[in-house]
Amino acid sequence: MPSIIDVQNVSKYYHRGAESIQVLDNISLTIETGQFLALMGPSGSGKSTLLNLIAGLDQADQGRIVVDGLDITRLSETQLANWRAGHVGFIFQFYNLIPVLTALENVELPLMLSRLNRKERREHAQTALALVSLDDRMRHYPRQLSGGQQQRVAIARAIVTDPTLLVADEPTGDLDRNSAEDVLTLLDSLTRDLGKTIVMVTHDPRAARKAHVMKYLEKGLLTDAPQAVVSECV
Amino acid sequence: MRLKLLFRNAFRHKLRTGLTVVGIGVAILAFGLLRTVVSAWYAGVDASSASRLVTRNAISLVFTLPVSYRDKIRSVDGVNRVSYGSWFGGVYINEKNFFANFAVEADNYLSLYPEFILKPEEKTNFLRDRKGCVVGKKLAARFNLSINDTVTLKGTIFPGNWDFVVRAIYAGRDASIDENQFFFHWDYLNETVKKKYARRADQVGFYMIGLKKPETAADTSRAIDHLFKNSYAETLTETEKAFQLSFISMSEAILTVIELVSIVVIVIIMAVAANTMAMSSRERAGEYAVFKTLGFGGRFLVMLIFGESIVIAGLGTGLGMALTYPAARAFRSSLGNFFPVFQVDPETLYLDMAAGMMIACISALFPAWRAVRVRIADGLGRIG
Ligand SMILES: Nc1ncnc2c1ncn2[C@@H]1O[C@H](COP(=O)(O)OP(=O)(O)OP(=O)(O)O)[C@@H](O)[C@H]1O
Ligand SMILES: [Mg+2]
Repeated sequence: MPSIIDVQNVSKYYHRGAESIQVLDNISLTIETGQFLALMGPSGSGKSTLLNLIAGLDQADQGRIVVDGLDITRLSETQLANWRAGHVGFIFQFYNLIPVLTALENVELPLMLSRLNRKERREHAQTALALVSLDDRMRHYPRQLSGGQQQRVAIARAIVTDPTLLVADEPTGDLDRNSAEDVLTLLDSLTRDLGKTIVMVTHDPRAARKAHVMKYLEKGLLTDAPQAVVSECV
Repeated sequence: MRLKLLFRNAFRHKLRTGLTVVGIGVAILAFGLLRTVVSAWYAGVDASSASRLVTRNAISLVFTLPVSYRDKIRSVDGVNRVSYGSWFGGVYINEKNFFANFAVEADNYLSLYPEFILKPEEKTNFLRDRKGCVVGKKLAARFNLSINDTVTLKGTIFPGNWDFVVRAIYAGRDASIDENQFFFHWDYLNETVKKKYARRADQVGFYMIGLKKPETAADTSRAIDHLFKNSYAETLTETEKAFQLSFISMSEAILTVIELVSIVVIVIIMAVAANTMAMSSRERAGEYAVFKTLGFGGRFLVMLIFGESIVIAGLGTGLGMALTYPAARAFRSSLGNFFPVFQVDPETLYLDMAAGMMIACISALFPAWRAVRVRIADGLGRIG
């Protein structure tokens, strides 16, 4: 399988006043097309930071990140924004839907940056909502939906542009067991049926169990998951 | 979708938005009314003609000039027509019923004021009747006066009860003309004064002079004043406009304060609106980060924030403007005696709109700047 994401010797520092803190220390990682990767590690280990770099939300201080043949560390802020709009789908822990838009409008939102016309946008959004089994909740506002339903709307929003890469930061972190199960099944079918590449940060062993690959981040260093973690997930 | 977004954003907090809209409305209303008060004050000046001069005693308005100056003034170059008159200062029934009343040489005076429109037959009747008077339309309405009614004024400068018969009612040519004045024949005043206080006879308070060409105002004024230099009653001649302004200059400080207050009101509401916008956009920092994550640029966020601000300020401004007219009407009916002309200028409405636009833009400026600048990871951090 060809690799779709190639993280090469990436370091990231945060500056707090005069002192600078190294959050990622010379990280390298390759992810293959269609792979479902779970990124684990203790709180504050830099998981979200790494995910943000891969998704083009933040800039690395050292190293290269090549996604689908494109070195995204060389893109300007605007170029990155355009690249994200076309290539990356985002799923967050707290869903991050726009509260004044209905489920359908939320899903339609990313398509406003595409060349589709209004009718096509609507159709794509409806298809995506049907895929997450929420076609009967299209006119609902986020506050009228349960957490699990909101997260499914967020997944529909993430896939509506047909991105090559999906990133998810603790997508089940705020959900009860059943809703989490639904969301994970959905993510699993996205890789299985649609061949999406997924990078997911999680603390949840059950979530990690769905992934094909597990990576472990601790104190800014990336390793394969330690045996203790793996056994917990099996 | 963009419009939907910014409208829904504007009404997300109904109470907060409602209060802000009402606040802006009240501020715009106050702004409009204060401006109108100022322009009402200047109404007399604006209505005055540039082709009329006023000659008065050089010492002060309290002192008079002999009526014999009239022929000399008429012979000055550039002078077309001369009338004269005196401030009568009569009181109708009771001092609260204040209005301006003058004794004038009527024939020329009315010719000098084409902006007073009289029916021809009423004018003739007035000119023919020694005890006749002509009153403004609003004054007639205020005291329920009609043609041939008798009006008695109590003299203050010229003691006694003075009877007049309403022979004509004038209307202003346009809304800027004061329709609250009262004129009668100077001859009637003078005859009576001659009998009672002979020393005060044959004196006038002012000459009203019509020019052939307005451009000669300065030269003609100088020529008139030169004529009476070193006489026992020296003159001061100026344009009617300058003459009116000299009354206002006394209250100019107050007007400046009113104008200042009208601006302060706008500045205060600007701060309030800015606070509302800042509060809203602070709460939405996470959403703005989501928009950015999805690939929306800074321009989209700027549009969103300015749009919302314009919706709120626009509603407030509209409300304020809509209320300005009824408020001005109420104002006029209760204070009309002091402001003979109390009208909302179109200019005031343009200023309202400009002020509303300014409120919208200034209050959107900082939130937009912050939204554009915030790093996505930090913005998301507010939620995640
Ligand atoms: N904007 C920032 N400025 C300064 N320090 C930051 C910033 N963002 C993150 N950090 C620090 O970087 C480190 C890694 O943060 P990160 O959010 O990547 O951790 P994480 O592994 O996702 O943790 P969690 O599991 O709690 O989400 C933490 O110590 C955090 O305090
Ligand atoms: Mg995290």
